[in-house]
Amino acid sequence: MTGALQLEVSDLRVQIASHGGVVRPIDGVSLEIAPGEAVGLVGESGSGKSMTLKSILGLLPPDAKVTSGSVVFDGTELTGLSHSRLNKIRGRRIAMIFQEPMSALNPVMRVGNQIAEGPRVHLGMSRAQSVERAIDLMRRVGIPEPERRFRAFPHEFSGGMRQRVMIAMALSCDPELILCDEPTTALDVTIQDQILRLLAKLCHESGTSLMFVTHDLPVVAQVCHKVAVMYAGRIVERGTVSEVFGRPLHPYTLGLLRSAPDVDRPGLSLVPIPGSPPSLASPPSGCRFHPRCQFAEEDCKVTDPPLRLLDGDRATACLHYERCLDQMGTDT
Amino acid sequence: MSAQDILEAAGVEVSFSVGSSISARLRHQQHLLHAVDGVDLTVRKGEALALVGESGSGKSTLARAIAGIQPANRGQIKLDGKVLPARHRSRADQRRIQIVFQDPYSSLNPRLTVGGMLRELLRVHHVVPRGEVEARTQELLRMVGLPEDAAGALPRQFSGGQRQRVAIARAIALRPEVLVADEPVSALDVSVQATILNLLQELQSELGLTLLFISHNLAVVRHLCDRVAVMYLGRIIEVAPTEVLFANPRHPYTAGLLAAIPRMTPGDESTAPAVKGDPPSPLALPAGCRFRTRCPIAQQICAEQDPALIASSENPEHSAACHFAGQTSLANAPETV
Repeated sequence: MTGALQLEVSDLRVQIASHGGVVRPIDGVSLEIAPGEAVGLVGESGSGKSMTLKSILGLLPPDAKVTSGSVVFDGTELTGLSHSRLNKIRGRRIAMIFQEPMSALNPVMRVGNQIAEGPRVHLGMSRAQSVERAIDLMRRVGIPEPERRFRAFPHEFSGGMRQRVMIAMALSCDPELILCDEPTTALDVTIQDQILRLLAKLCHESGTSLMFVTHDLPVVAQVCHKVAVMYAGRIVERGTVSEVFGRPLHPYTLGLLRSAPDVDRPGLSLVPIPGSPPSLASPPSGCRFHPRCQFAEEDCKVTDPPLRLLDGDRATACLHYERCLDQMGTDT
Repeated sequence: MSAQDILEAAGVEVSFSVGSSISARLRHQQHLLHAVDGVDLTVRKGEALALVGESGSGKSTLARAIAGIQPANRGQIKLDGKVLPARHRSRADQRRIQIVFQDPYSSLNPRLTVGGMLRELLRVHHVVPRGEVEARTQELLRMVGLPEDAAGALPRQFSGGQRQRVAIARAIALRPEVLVADEPVSALDVSVQATILNLLQELQSELGLTLLFISHNLAVVRHLCDRVAVMYLGRIIEVAPTEVLFANPRHPYTAGLLAAIPRMTPGDESTAPAVKGDPPSPLALPAGCRFRTRCPIAQQICAEQDPALIASSENPEHSAACHFAGQTSLANAPETV
């Protein structure tokens, strides 16, 4: 590891007490983001990717609590921080963009005022200054006629325009880190393309770090340098996007890649991952992926594989990761 | 209609009245939203035809009109040369076109067991003699890859992927000739999507089904379908065999749509998006070509004349509705985001 880290999540564990017993949606997640870096967090529903993102800013649902681990942002421990201390960081130094802008925006407040609120509260700007800043931000995110549309309400905007408002809000206080939770999943493909390019460009210009949660692997490939793959509350593999997607070293990553059609490789047959994700209330012994894994051996049922660091930033939580390489070889 | 065509839609229009309060209705100020606005489409026997487009393009509405769920206001839907009525189709007609919906959580009756659902269909439609209903139910479950004891279970006991298998079993129970699948994998996780796509492909070849596949996911479409029809704001703007369309789109919207697909390999770092702007409101369509407000190559004529869907002179299989079809160069695309 080189240089100071923007964000370091170590061995984070979250549990939810429910009727069916204690569920651990996040069970030992470690992640790092360096300044200016864009990191993707991918996985299927229930893998804990959104939960990981929310736990960073203390946005977990009331019945969920962090039981151990730490989240260190620029030297400050965020877990256990009081609401008032967290509020100084939320929106100011770490911003968030949600999946559904219609439910994340205030429906009865003019969009311009929603964008201007952050600078006013966090940066101590006057009303006039903050309005000017909001209009400038609206222009930067590509909202036409920002002076006029400042006074519009969210319902007057299209889905893509609302997501631009969310991006303007996120950028309003020049944050060091932006957390994105499936920001383009609800959008059409041409609008998704516009938003992804905008986000990548703005973060690149301002040197903002990005953590990007999605289930869509190609979207990660468009925006991020690094990627971490989550399965059943754990990170099973991480590395640079080109390494992980080009040469996966975990059978789950391999399974994800082989089960989704690639628009540039239409002839390839799809190989689904057998079975379904495990219950988080009673995960399988040993490696959590072993009941669905084509390479599973006896030791996988017993040994819980740690995330092992390989060369560079590459890490995998598979005891027999070499077999993925042989498999990829037979595919191409 | 040639011998190989099984389904034909001619001049189909479906409109909804929107925002029409009673006072507006009394003043005859109803707004009509033309979700499908004059569509001609033929589907060939045994092929998998994709209907693609973004939300609001009318692809689902067209599919529902074809399946007889949403009556068309105008136009004709013909199956094997026979005109199907827009509403009140006979049971025999209903049987021939079946549909699988996007959300397997809301499209199955939560109070009916899977076996009960299938048995009811088989009995009501007299698909098999009464004595064979039970055996056919088991056979259907086997065909879609569900265990035998699934017949006694309620939908809530299944995962999303399994529910979609139930929905497919329900659709093929009536031995339809055409299976309409409306975004059948969009609500599913990636690893489950593959099992459903493979199942659809298997069933299609085993049963000789004609598949009308509605999707916004072009990677899935390229994998599964033989031909593609692209819709934009209620119209079909391009039709071609899949590989021809992907290699050589003739309509600028198709070209933009293809360029906007996120790829597994990071593309060029250029910041110009493939298609600029938002689609216009379907209640206030631009005059002339509907795509001209976002089109990188629009000219004066595009504002004046609505282009018709015309076959290419080089390939009669390839039609596009553009005055400048084939000149889809995005070289002059604006660089603003």
